[in-house]
Amino acid sequence: MTATAPAPAPDTRTTRTYQAYATPLWRRVLANREAAIIGLLLVVIAVSIAVVPNFDSPLTVTYLLRDIAPILLIALPMTLIIITEEIDLSVASIVGLSSVMTGILTQAGLPFPVAAIAAILVGTLAGVINGFLVTVVGLPSLAVTIGTLALFRGIAVGLLGTTAITDFPEFWSDLARDNIPGTPIPGIMIPFIVLAIAFAILLHFTPFGRSLYAIGLNKEAAAFSGVAVGRTKFALFVMSGAISGFAGVYFTLLYNNARGDNATGMELQVIAAVLLGGVSIFGGRGALHGVIAGVLLIGTLGSALRLAGVTSDIINVITGVLLVLSVVSASLLAWLRRRRISAIGKKKERELAASSS
Amino acid sequence: MTVAQPPTTPAPPALELSKVVKSFGAVVALRSGTITLEQGSIHALIGENGAGKSTLVKIIAGLYRRDAGTIKLRGDDVDFHSTAQSKAAGIAVIYQEPTLFPDLSVTENIFMGRQPTNRFGRIDRKAMRAEAEEIFGRLGVSIDPDRITDGLSIADQQIIEIAKAISLDARVLIMDEPTAALSGVEVERLFAVARSLRDEGRALMFISHRFDEVFALCDTVTVMRDGSYIATEPIADTSVDELVRQMVGRDVAELFPKLPAEIGEDVLVVEGLTRPGIFHDISFTVRAGEIVGLAGLVGAGRSEVARAVFGVDPYESGTVTVGGVQLPKGNPRVAMARGLALVPEDRRKQGLVLDESVARNVTLAIRDTLAKGGLLTSRAENAAAAVWASRLEVKTAALDAETGTLSGGNQQKVVLGKWLATEPKVLIVDEPTRGIDVGTKAEVHRLLSELAQRGIAILMISSELPEVLGMADRVLVMREGWLTGEFPRAEATPESVMFAATAEKEDAK
Amino acid sequence: MTATAAPPAPSTPSAATRIVSHLLKARETGILIALLAVIVVATLVNPNFLFSTDGFRDLLLTPSLLMLVAVGQAVVIITRNVDLSVGSVLGLTAYLTGRLFIDVPGIPILAVFLAGIALGGVLGLINGALVAFAKVPALVITLGTLYIYRGINVAWTGSDRINASDLPAAFRGLGTGQILFIPILTIIAVVVLVVAAWVLRNLRSGREFYAIGSDPDAAHLYGLRVTRRILTAFVLSGALAGLAGVLYAARYGTVSSGAGTGLELQAIGAAVIGGVAISGGVGTLWGAAIGAYLLLTINRALPILGIQDFWQRAVVGALIIGAIVLDRVLAVRQHRKLIEAREAAR
Repeated sequence: MTATAPAPAPDTRTTRTYQAYATPLWRRVLANREAAIIGLLLVVIAVSIAVVPNFDSPLTVTYLLRDIAPILLIALPMTLIIITEEIDLSVASIVGLSSVMTGILTQAGLPFPVAAIAAILVGTLAGVINGFLVTVVGLPSLAVTIGTLALFRGIAVGLLGTTAITDFPEFWSDLARDNIPGTPIPGIMIPFIVLAIAFAILLHFTPFGRSLYAIGLNKEAAAFSGVAVGRTKFALFVMSGAISGFAGVYFTLLYNNARGDNATGMELQVIAAVLLGGVSIFGGRGALHGVIAGVLLIGTLGSALRLAGVTSDIINVITGVLLVLSVVSASLLAWLRRRRISAIGKKKERELAASSS
Repeated sequence: MTVAQPPTTPAPPALELSKVVKSFGAVVALRSGTITLEQGSIHALIGENGAGKSTLVKIIAGLYRRDAGTIKLRGDDVDFHSTAQSKAAGIAVIYQEPTLFPDLSVTENIFMGRQPTNRFGRIDRKAMRAEAEEIFGRLGVSIDPDRITDGLSIADQQIIEIAKAISLDARVLIMDEPTAALSGVEVERLFAVARSLRDEGRALMFISHRFDEVFALCDTVTVMRDGSYIATEPIADTSVDELVRQMVGRDVAELFPKLPAEIGEDVLVVEGLTRPGIFHDISFTVRAGEIVGLAGLVGAGRSEVARAVFGVDPYESGTVTVGGVQLPKGNPRVAMARGLALVPEDRRKQGLVLDESVARNVTLAIRDTLAKGGLLTSRAENAAAAVWASRLEVKTAALDAETGTLSGGNQQKVVLGKWLATEPKVLIVDEPTRGIDVGTKAEVHRLLSELAQRGIAILMISSELPEVLGMADRVLVMREGWLTGEFPRAEATPESVMFAATAEKEDAK
Repeated sequence: MTATAAPPAPSTPSAATRIVSHLLKARETGILIALLAVIVVATLVNPNFLFSTDGFRDLLLTPSLLMLVAVGQAVVIITRNVDLSVGSVLGLTAYLTGRLFIDVPGIPILAVFLAGIALGGVLGLINGALVAFAKVPALVITLGTLYIYRGINVAWTGSDRINASDLPAAFRGLGTGQILFIPILTIIAVVVLVVAAWVLRNLRSGREFYAIGSDPDAAHLYGLRVTRRILTAFVLSGALAGLAGVLYAARYGTVSSGAGTGLELQAIGAAVIGGVAISGGVGTLWGAAIGAYLLLTINRALPILGIQDFWQRAVVGALIIGAIVLDRVLAVRQHRKLIEAREAAR
């Protein structure tokens, strides 16, 4: 130690150099949850193509992507919300509410685009309500969104009762159902991919994204680093509402049907897919490509099993088992890692004791 | 190494620890914990922060399991797997931070898990309440046993912890800095209780940073340093100077390489800052190149002032001005943009995102400036992090290592790096050397000196008096939310500062 | 500091506590008053709501099943957990009940009850074990088992369903029968409530649920058996959902694979409306039970008040939001009062 002598200026000290990463690139890319889920997805696709008749037909692809499009869309903001250690259970109810608004306003004679935009605004407003209750009033998001799940769904069902509106301009419903010309891929994938890229950049390549992880891992330290925790979360709930509203409009056109109970229970599918995709329910962990793979995995599995003649209930069982396994395996891995680290520590200590005595 | 052995007595010691070892990951918290608690005696355990005292206590409590070493209770080998076992063996521990159930009543908190019951297992609320009142009577305090513990002051919570231990009828009572937040009257009352417990033949262990308390209360003293046992002596055979030497392990002057710095204009000006119940009418300035020490007891409101100045906490009235510009309330972003930086008190909870990499931690506070066109890449973060990690000589293999795996000293360097990266004009450091090893401590002190030399205004909050006196150009003292003293370097002595920090409120007014 | 506030100045702290305990009491009282108000208003509009045989019976009967499930749910929530799988558990045990009567002719009714409770308990144990040992949030685990249990149920049931004719008359009598004008179902539910509420208030184990929910780390430091209590809470919640499943079959006669869908939200809603804090440690089973009654009674009162029953769920949602906002406001105000009392005593 040279503590007594006046130290030289910091720049002239012998500088240490640092590796950016402890492990080589291939390990970082391959040895993580996201890669595992993508791998599993590829295996499921390969097995389905080999075993399930008609799985490789373009029509299967079209229907699969069409049906999971709302889940894919809502999974984007849900990922960000769960990364900040919150949750939004009301998304499916917002889909239903937006669907009903689209139907009622169209029926009232408004041009469809106006009705659609109004429905998306209603969804956004729903998100504002969630965000307000969570960040301004300071309530736990779990309790708030259980309440608004019932409230928004209740308003949707209340407005339309058991009736359904099935009359929508053909131009728009065709647009929702048409494929990208020359491909079996439905057109809805275009806005989805645009949004997915936007969310991926937002989450992984902006200061805002960094602050989301910081909030999820340590809210207090994030606040001490100048992150506006409340405002950030508020923005996420608003995003979630707006995108759920958009998904509601799409849902309405896709099935040509505005009903109060549209998309009931979809919140569970979205959350299951997000968690399966490697996002930690404790916040601060997860990546968007894993989540998209998670949604596709559940969708593909469902589609393949249906084609193979397995009933949809087994698909639910599999979704549930995958969900439980994904979280239990995560804590099992964490436990093993802790054990390994403490074993290293103990070994060091033993060596220290041996050398000193 | 020769050490004084504790005097041998015919009765087996109440509790005997010998060469107990504990590590967390790569961090060794306790290298050799050795202490012998005799029945009917009060034993002081002293050492600097990070010396391993709290780890030792938690091992005795059954909260951590030792990696090696022996623990004997009244001569028999024991190994506690849980807090319940340690409790059943007659050991009561009062922790530094009270751990109570905020939603439950005071009485329930005292008796949880072992409430008095009637024949059918039904909790006898009357008996429970009566016993709680009896204990409070014995302690000479009046806390309503029926109220919930949420909203109680730290002192009252501490009293409940003590009541809990007394109600356990513990043979071994361990108090980890119980007096840190107590007023003089409360301390006296606690000591009276402690002495009567000792006279009943119990063994007490007392951890404190205040030497006057150690000498007033204890019979024997054990010193620890850097996780190791240093010495045990009867209190009558030692002196403050000797204890300090044993605790620090080197001369104090060596530790504080204060460099002369040119003192310039006022940079941070705080006027009349008030948050009712927390701090009142706080006014001070810090000038460029100056290190201002902020001393006081734990709970005096120093960290709260720092947090309010930085904008993490709200305040009701008063102003904070940096470089002539007044800061808005409760907005750390603006404070940062104006050149204010805060290295917070609790490194693990407030300073760092422990599960995140070193690179992300170092760049968290400069994430906005580091982004190009709104986009932030790992490459840019790693480059910036490498610069600061090497300037501060952070010991880590790679920048993507989780910060939680680093030692305490290196973690503190990461926090310092994170805030120096923002190139602040004013740096507030709250307990900058708490829980880090002596070597790193010296590095941190040297760094602070250099920063002041380069014209940065530094406000240093510290509970370690030698640190404050060794480093500061000017010393401010707080007590119970009020600024009670200001001393230039030449006038700041341990006596003057301690008096301002502890004198009774009535005397000061 | 209050601790030093020279000898007896009991008036200051006890005044504060009186307000506190008053507020705490008011929480259940308030919800009870709301329930009575709903009944009175509905009865004024249509006297049949209360003063017809059916009206009175339904008033007591309809919420009984939800009350059973809400009591279990409340215990789980008090430990700072949540059980989303109760609806699926109820569905499974309701179907099991029917199958037992069909497949084992002459099976004693008591055996069916025990089987239903046991199945529910085992399903709850699975939840509890995953939560307590894998240290995974209950929300995720029970979301998974919600799917799994329901999936198993659908796979087992298929398009089959249990009809009233499959069940012995004596068993169905339990679902509709009365003793002294009080439905048997209600009696069972109230007995369960009284016992569970007594345990939670008067036994050490009962208080430990509150302690664990109030501060899990402190509970660990106190040496409480946290794992065991969490397991117990989930087993209890599962067993009560199981009991409710058996009674569901007795009450409605028909059991399809969808029985009990969405019940989890009603149960959580009932607990939250009744003052059980979703963050644990606060609330009583009485509150949850009254919450269940309020929820379903409002649903039944809506059509009478001229509101289409489509709006039921919106009312449920508004009630939940209203309850948690109210609790928050009360908590903030109480906290401020306590701090002020502390400051005043300095």
